[in-house]
Amino acid sequence: MNTKVKLAGVELKNPVMVASGTFGSGAEYSDFVDLNRLGAVVTKGVANVPWPGNPTPRIAETASGMLNAIGLQNPGIDLFTKRDLPFLEQFDTKVIVNVCGHSTEEYLEVVERLADEPTVDMLEINISCPNVKEGGIAFGQDPKAVEAITKAVKAKAKQPIIMKLSPNVTDITVMAKAAEAGGADCLSLINTLTGMKIDIERQTFAIANKTGGLSGPAVKPVAVRMVYQVANAVKIPIIGMGGICNAADAMEFILAGATAVSIGTANFTNPFTTVEVIDGIEDYMRRHHVDDINQLIGIVK
Amino acid sequence: MGIKKIKATVVSQDMLASDIFSMWLQVGDMALEAKPGQFISVYSSDDSKLLPRPISICEIDKENGRIRIVYRVVGYGTREFSGCKAGDVLEMMGPLGNGYTLKREKAILVAGGIGIPPMLELAKELDCEKTIVLGYRDELFLNNEFEAYGRVVIATEDGSCGTKGNVLDAIQAEGVDGQIIYSCGPMPMLRALKSYAVEHEIEAWISLEEKMACGIGACLACVCKSKDVDHHTNVHNKRICKDGPVFNAQEVDL
Repeated sequence: MNTKVKLAGVELKNPVMVASGTFGSGAEYSDFVDLNRLGAVVTKGVANVPWPGNPTPRIAETASGMLNAIGLQNPGIDLFTKRDLPFLEQFDTKVIVNVCGHSTEEYLEVVERLADEPTVDMLEINISCPNVKEGGIAFGQDPKAVEAITKAVKAKAKQPIIMKLSPNVTDITVMAKAAEAGGADCLSLINTLTGMKIDIERQTFAIANKTGGLSGPAVKPVAVRMVYQVANAVKIPIIGMGGICNAADAMEFILAGATAVSIGTANFTNPFTTVEVIDGIEDYMRRHHVDDINQLIGIVK
Repeated sequence: MGIKKIKATVVSQDMLASDIFSMWLQVGDMALEAKPGQFISVYSSDDSKLLPRPISICEIDKENGRIRIVYRVVGYGTREFSGCKAGDVLEMMGPLGNGYTLKREKAILVAGGIGIPPMLELAKELDCEKTIVLGYRDELFLNNEFEAYGRVVIATEDGSCGTKGNVLDAIQAEGVDGQIIYSCGPMPMLRALKSYAVEHEIEAWISLEEKMACGIGACLACVCKSKDVDHHTNVHNKRICKDGPVFNAQEVDL
């Protein structure tokens, strides 16, 4: 049975990875999960300098989901390369570093710092960050900005780049095509959907940032729809995510057109989700007499 | 050694006061590792509730492999737990967090409201002279169980028992003193205790709480402000679930 998939020339032992921000840099979850089993570890977003993140409360539970506004707290690229990359290097898994920034220059500084790090197999660019120079609108919400940031990153990056798309747009295929036009090697989707929760007893917002990103099973049908649309709009491979809790959820994304899938919020509910999904995908393949996972990608038309 | 996710069997459950429940759980080896001030994450059996509920450990029975939690019903999850009966199974992860460092100096244990439960195991394990100051709004719970471990001083907001007012009022009224404070409770109380500790030049260890997701230090939801740059986060934030929940009051900004 073959569960190997390829993303821009990078071969993963299976299509299961983790969603950035839900897994730290792997150290905390390595008490529960053998990281060697994962197709890839996607790190928490890292910026050129340490970011303190948002005030608390940073999260709130919602029906079949949660809102988060962590604010991309991260230790900065210096400590990340000194501590987190050497930790990940010990494992036989692919390492994808998620990169965030407030401006093109900030993204590029991180991309250039990672260029000569052999541990890093791919870069994932979080374009849901606000672009400070453009009045705070997220890079990922304007097709021109998507294409421009993709081009800029592609010109400097030594590793293949994954552009992580925001779902907070009218037509996700426009953004996907813009990233493809800018030279993206891969796309990952969806990032969280902007939401809000009011604490009616305290008569204020449930999270300090007022709005937060919705994730979890509540967003899965939206994510599957967007993966399907994007798969039919671009030629580059897609990493699908949004509310995956088990192998059945993962298979929906693969059948809709995702080459790989990421487990996010489910890590909080069940730290063993990743390995359970890997095993479950193999069971599914046996049950359907499929000997290569690649035969299942995007077959639902 | 290490954090485990297990299915724990409910041994018993009792209501101690309005919305305050006490539950003993059969947890096996987890009891051997648990320390006062640590907590467990308890999962809802409802799949639409994704996040576990962090609940402090009230008592540890290493011999029988049990831990006790005493918690207040504040929402869906805790309401569900309060309906559990002996023999029911709850998924949980633990033991989580750092717990209190036990010292030998004359101690003041100060707790308010639902911050009281973790003080019970601490009072039991601390080998020193100690005064236990408990603050309630009105209805008392657990206070009798502290009697075996030290002098108990009570404050109630409505004055129905002990000193009328808060724990600081009771400390003054009863002439409580000590060389070290261990505390858990609402933020205004912890702030007041931090000032009290500075004024009296004594150590204060406080337990913080915050909305949590992963419970193991990965998601960075439950941070507090730290005085210095934290070695792990590289910013002025500490992770309550992993670096805490117990902190030296001087190392955090409240």
